[in-house]
Amino acid sequence: MRRDAIRDKVAVVGVGCCRFGENWDQSPSDMIVDAAYEAYADAGIEDPQRQIDAVFTGSIYSNKGPHECSDALKLFGKPVTMVSNYCATGTDAFRCGVMSIAAGLYDTVLVVGYDKPKDRGVSGPSVMMDRVRDLPQTPAGWFALCAATYFAKYGAGREELAKIAVKNHRNGTLAPNSFLKREITVEEALGARMISWPFGLYDCAAQTDGAAAAVITRADLAPKGAVLVKGVAVIAGPNPQKDPENDFLSWKPTGWAAAEVYAQAGVTRPFEEIDVAQVHDCFTLTELLTYEDLGLIEKGAAKEHIEAGTFELSGKLPVNTDGGLKAFGHPTGATGVRMIYENVLQLRGKAGPRQVRDASLALSHNIGGHPTACGIAILGKS
Amino acid sequence: MPGIVSYGAYVPPTRLALSMSAGRAPKAGGPERAVAWNDEDAVTMAVAAGANALAGFDRASVDALFFASTTSPFREKQGAALVAKALDLRRDARTADLSGSLRAGTDALLAAFDAVAAGSARRVLVVASDCRLGAPGSAQEQAFGDGAAAFLIGASDTIADLAGSHAFAEEIVDVWRSEGDPFVHSWEERFVVQEGYTPGITEAVRGLLARIHASPGDFTKAALYAPDARSFAGAAAALGLERSALVDPLFGRLGNAGVAFAPLLLAAALETAQPGERLLLGSYGDGGAAFAFTATPHLEKLEPRRGVAWHLARGRAVASYDRYLKARSLDAKEWGGGREPGLSATIHFREREEDIALRGQRCNRCGGLQFPLQRVCERCFAKDDFELVRLAERTGRVVTYTFDFFFPTPDPPTIVTITDIDGARVHLQLVDVKPEDVRIGLPVELVFRRIHQVGGRPNYYWKGVPRHEA
Repeated sequence: MRRDAIRDKVAVVGVGCCRFGENWDQSPSDMIVDAAYEAYADAGIEDPQRQIDAVFTGSIYSNKGPHECSDALKLFGKPVTMVSNYCATGTDAFRCGVMSIAAGLYDTVLVVGYDKPKDRGVSGPSVMMDRVRDLPQTPAGWFALCAATYFAKYGAGREELAKIAVKNHRNGTLAPNSFLKREITVEEALGARMISWPFGLYDCAAQTDGAAAAVITRADLAPKGAVLVKGVAVIAGPNPQKDPENDFLSWKPTGWAAAEVYAQAGVTRPFEEIDVAQVHDCFTLTELLTYEDLGLIEKGAAKEHIEAGTFELSGKLPVNTDGGLKAFGHPTGATGVRMIYENVLQLRGKAGPRQVRDASLALSHNIGGHPTACGIAILGKS
Repeated sequence: MPGIVSYGAYVPPTRLALSMSAGRAPKAGGPERAVAWNDEDAVTMAVAAGANALAGFDRASVDALFFASTTSPFREKQGAALVAKALDLRRDARTADLSGSLRAGTDALLAAFDAVAAGSARRVLVVASDCRLGAPGSAQEQAFGDGAAAFLIGASDTIADLAGSHAFAEEIVDVWRSEGDPFVHSWEERFVVQEGYTPGITEAVRGLLARIHASPGDFTKAALYAPDARSFAGAAAALGLERSALVDPLFGRLGNAGVAFAPLLLAAALETAQPGERLLLGSYGDGGAAFAFTATPHLEKLEPRRGVAWHLARGRAVASYDRYLKARSLDAKEWGGGREPGLSATIHFREREEDIALRGQRCNRCGGLQFPLQRVCERCFAKDDFELVRLAERTGRVVTYTFDFFFPTPDPPTIVTITDIDGARVHLQLVDVKPEDVRIGLPVELVFRRIHQVGGRPNYYWKGVPRHEA
């Protein structure tokens, strides 16, 4: 494939994000409209029916397909596509939009990620079982499977996980659209009720409703100084529950997607070059593994970096500056686009009290399934 | 001459102290009963007992499987076909369920002996399994225990030869369960014993003795069904059996295991029998049945197996009566059954080799073992070039694990592992183990259990338990 097909070809000119939470009084359409119209306003789009050429939307819970989005926004007479790729859905919808512009098909595309788990007809997180041998367990049980092995090999433990939760809770208090706005302590995190060992309640992202949107356009049509797409990759991996070669010390798709996106973006020393990152902290351990799987630090070095505060807002490489999935919850299709929103604010210097100084290269990362797919996007200044 | 070639037993490791149902704290060494847990039923116990009977024997030599139970989980749908699939028996092995009576277990034995004697089957596996429910707080609840016994019946290499049998039918409503009843009913105790049990078992045994010209004193081991300890003593006295010949009926340890009860006691008798000993088996239910056996020298050649003593030595106390009620779905729930979304029967059917027979596949190109069945090799990408490999008798090792506290279960957490079975990775639940004893590298053996009730019916799959030495 051509490594230079994406880099600097596409600009993100508008972003929007609704308030994430238990949005009991909002329908999916309400949230889509809030996020998309904020992105329109941000991009200076006054006549979306004329100015938007195509729509890529992502959701894993919607059973209405792309029509839910096109009907909410009354975007008819143009292609509207729905993307579904587990928790990487948002990043994949963004990638499809970016590819369509880079390929020269469209000038301006709307990307909308959303999900409304609170409307699914079940109370609380679902336990998905559609075949006989599906074990009674939740996503916490899937993502916890690296813990026993990682802890045994590298000596980290629940304290390091708790510090990640504390960081993200703190960052979440600084983000206007976050769901949880409460700081917690390491002791609270360690003392909370167990969900799936080693994950206590505070190691888990909440389940929320939300929508986020981005307007992307050809770089040569964008205003000077607009945020540019440096690379975007989505990679599939084997199901770790049956992969005969899994060592349960890392999640394979992240390493593969990182190699691909770094090649696109020309990043060779990620820890030095990337200024801010939003990574998939569905569970605290997922964030810990992602530090290493992205190649930001050596394998096994997470413990010392967590202790040193490397990934704190004041650290060398702030991660999850808005509080991440921990503080926003995880409306699956929305999450990747919500990360794009945060990174665009960071690159524009408009992230308020959580602003990372002089951020010029920003990474966002989703991993989903068992996990079986990873999406990474790198944005940068012109 | 037909006889018993091998035997096996299964008794659930969970033991409920009798005092708990009465709200009193259990005393160490006090009376208890074996109770099937929430992932066990007559089918899973039958598979376990059957596997123990078949240990060391060629499964392909089994021509028929008879499954006896009054508590088969399906009213319509054969239990024997499911047990045969889980035990990996030949596709053309005959299967039949025997049910409806406490003597269904010995009815199955009679049918097996007849088939072997007639030459229509070389070897028949008989499995008797029951987990009957007494209403909470009732005398039946206190008396009942759960378990299964299995016998491989054949005409060669027998460890005990059949010397004769006698059976008869009687019409009496003493113990019964009607359509839709979850609990067993019993008429007044004295009626049940005086008009049902005692005359029933004595008629069966006396009929047998007359038929084979034997006397009670000829038997050095007598395995007799009885509803409770007192009626057991009464029947033994009425029959004039030597006290030393009576096989311990295990009241206060096992409990009345229904159709499996007398067969379990026979298995226990075989565990300590010597060649030449004569054994008596007596069962009761809508009449009675009795059998005489003579232990053969071959008994000493049979490899040690998991019988009654092995299982009785491995018990874990149920922490509370409340947990027992939950495990047997006797507790009040916010949501009743049948509200879950359905599980497609088509998926159950397509995946029966993996889920029920626990077959993985070996790639003919790279040699790697993998699970589940898939068209393209996980390692070398060869397409459609595999042979099926049964995994259920192999030993796995825990690669990683978690304890899931979220999923509702009578005793959380649910222990979930990735287990490596000779290179195949299986997402496997671990049971009959304390969380603190789970570790990376733990060797596990595989047991057939209920995995969930999605679709409003029991769904079966395999779980891991720590590998027992021996």
